[in-house]
Amino acid sequence: MDLGKDKMLEMYRMMTRIRLFEMRVRDLATANEIPGFVHVSIGEEASATGVCAALRPTDRITSTHRGHGHLIAKGGRLDRMMAEIFGKRTGYCKGKGGSMHIVDFSLGILGANGIVGGGIPIATGSALATVIAQRDEVTACFFGDGASNEGTFHESLNLAAVWKLPVIYVCENNGFGEFTPMQTVTSVTDIAVRAQAYGIPGVVIDGNDVLEVYRCASEAIARARAGEGPTLIECKTYRWEGHVVGEQAFLGKASYRSEAEVAEWKARCPLLRFEKFAAESGKISAAELKKIREETEAELEAAVKFARESPLPDPAEVTDDVFSG
Amino acid sequence: MPTTFIQAINQALSEEMERDPLTFVMGEDVVLSAFGATKGLIDKFGPRRVRNTPIAEAGFVGAAVGAAMAGARPICEVEFASFFYCAMDQVCNQAAKLRYMSGGQARMPITFRCVYGAMGGAAAQHSETVYAQFLSVPGIKLVVPSNPSDMKGLLKSAIRDDNPVIVFEHGALGGHREEIPPGEYLTPLGQAAVKRAGEHATVVAIGAMVPRTLRVAEKLAKEGISVEVIDPRTLVPLDEAAILASVEKTNRAVVVDEGHWRGGAAADIAAIIGEKAFDFLDGPVRRVTTLDVPIPFSPPLEKAALANEAKIEAAIRAAVGR
Repeated sequence: MDLGKDKMLEMYRMMTRIRLFEMRVRDLATANEIPGFVHVSIGEEASATGVCAALRPTDRITSTHRGHGHLIAKGGRLDRMMAEIFGKRTGYCKGKGGSMHIVDFSLGILGANGIVGGGIPIATGSALATVIAQRDEVTACFFGDGASNEGTFHESLNLAAVWKLPVIYVCENNGFGEFTPMQTVTSVTDIAVRAQAYGIPGVVIDGNDVLEVYRCASEAIARARAGEGPTLIECKTYRWEGHVVGEQAFLGKASYRSEAEVAEWKARCPLLRFEKFAAESGKISAAELKKIREETEAELEAAVKFARESPLPDPAEVTDDVFSG
Repeated sequence: MPTTFIQAINQALSEEMERDPLTFVMGEDVVLSAFGATKGLIDKFGPRRVRNTPIAEAGFVGAAVGAAMAGARPICEVEFASFFYCAMDQVCNQAAKLRYMSGGQARMPITFRCVYGAMGGAAAQHSETVYAQFLSVPGIKLVVPSNPSDMKGLLKSAIRDDNPVIVFEHGALGGHREEIPPGEYLTPLGQAAVKRAGEHATVVAIGAMVPRTLRVAEKLAKEGISVEVIDPRTLVPLDEAAILASVEKTNRAVVVDEGHWRGGAAADIAAIIGEKAFDFLDGPVRRVTTLDVPIPFSPPLEKAALANEAKIEAAIRAAVGR
């Protein structure tokens, strides 16, 4: 698949925006500038980016508690995301959702979700709406290895397979459900084999290779759009950071993985990998990548400033938006 | 024209599906229609809009939520109300909350239909009155029609509403026949009906308890006890004003519900009356409900557990001191 230089640079920019945003959010949470729980996806940028780059603006996604990357990749604005994470009224959800619940319907982002597996039936239903309305959008559903043990995963794959719904299920297998190693609580090594139980294609890919993710997602999306039903894509990846920012405070000295394992995965960084690919291809210069990083840093600075300077919600807004109409 | 609950539901579904092409029906056995409410819809609207689901409540209720968020207008049948327990996350964490959590972005036009209540020997997992479980989850509207006419008008309003609405259909009332108005009409959500005017006591009766309470009121009228019977019709939104105005007039209140005594709709309404109409009350607000036991199977046990006319009569007599 020849992607063209613009598309490749766009994907690098997306991965960079996710990486820098997440690092900043982590630091701000550590500095207690952000209330509540924050889950970052550093190290997992390629799966979000590759899938969303293969979607159309009118396509939809559902995301997870570790969702900043998916939202950014689908076009989320850093300033309004940061404002939401700060609990400000200029945030995407007027401060009522927070880090785990950012939504932008105008971008087809049906939302991050605080319930593991919560987004899977929603994505399935979003695809059903496409069929009811006789349109052609595809819905991409992001979830983790942990969610693949939820009943909603199995019920949704069955339903989508039976109805041949235009949805793709993207399992980001980062090796851990909270603090529990995936292999200790999961009956299979590859989540993708579970697709066989529902008579749909299941593929395992290197989730840190944005180009492979893009290629594989494009095929699955084309199948879905053509009415041929869902695909399960398992992106093997890794969570560099903990489950939740600040977990050392309650975990103490307890540890659930080795430093060597973390180091090994850091060596497989999706951004470094792309930079290496770019250098070898000869089509993209280091200067072009550097410019993207600098522009992203400026964008992020502005986003933090926007969030800091935005007003908090008025307490009178507390009863708004429970019901429509 | 005399119409059953089931026919009223069928008319409402058919009219609303005619009206809005994004409306569709999904659920357990909706094609064949075990109880008849969705009978014939498949012939009119075809398999795209009339969908049998697997018996997988979390999956299909969740799919209804997603379909609503993405622009469709699902009418989702959960065969028996107790089956909602299999889909509590989808109803309580997702459907109910996502509009609020998204700062008002999500539109959630879902109508859930389910059969509730004791219908004779169905035992605890097919007889429960579960609306109280949703009463303390903000974001869901709860509709409990007591007659075929309201059933049709309220269901049509529920379908057009942009919020999640659960419509509770009593299992023992499905074949009950009453006159309903001809043609199209809507019954607004949040408007109680004064089913019988009276002076000595207000009885707020819910769902299947309304016809029973009316029979008791009829009997007591012959002794000169004048009972006002209020049917709230919807528990969320609740027409507090109608209930409080009645209590201010009669100074006595009884709440009759098929749900349980603790933590139920009756407890909720009694608390509202106690808090907001205290100065008008001549005595305690009484509740007539199902005992705090799971609904038993054997007929004499089931009968002993449920609210019935004798218990309603006793509570009203205690309230008026006669």
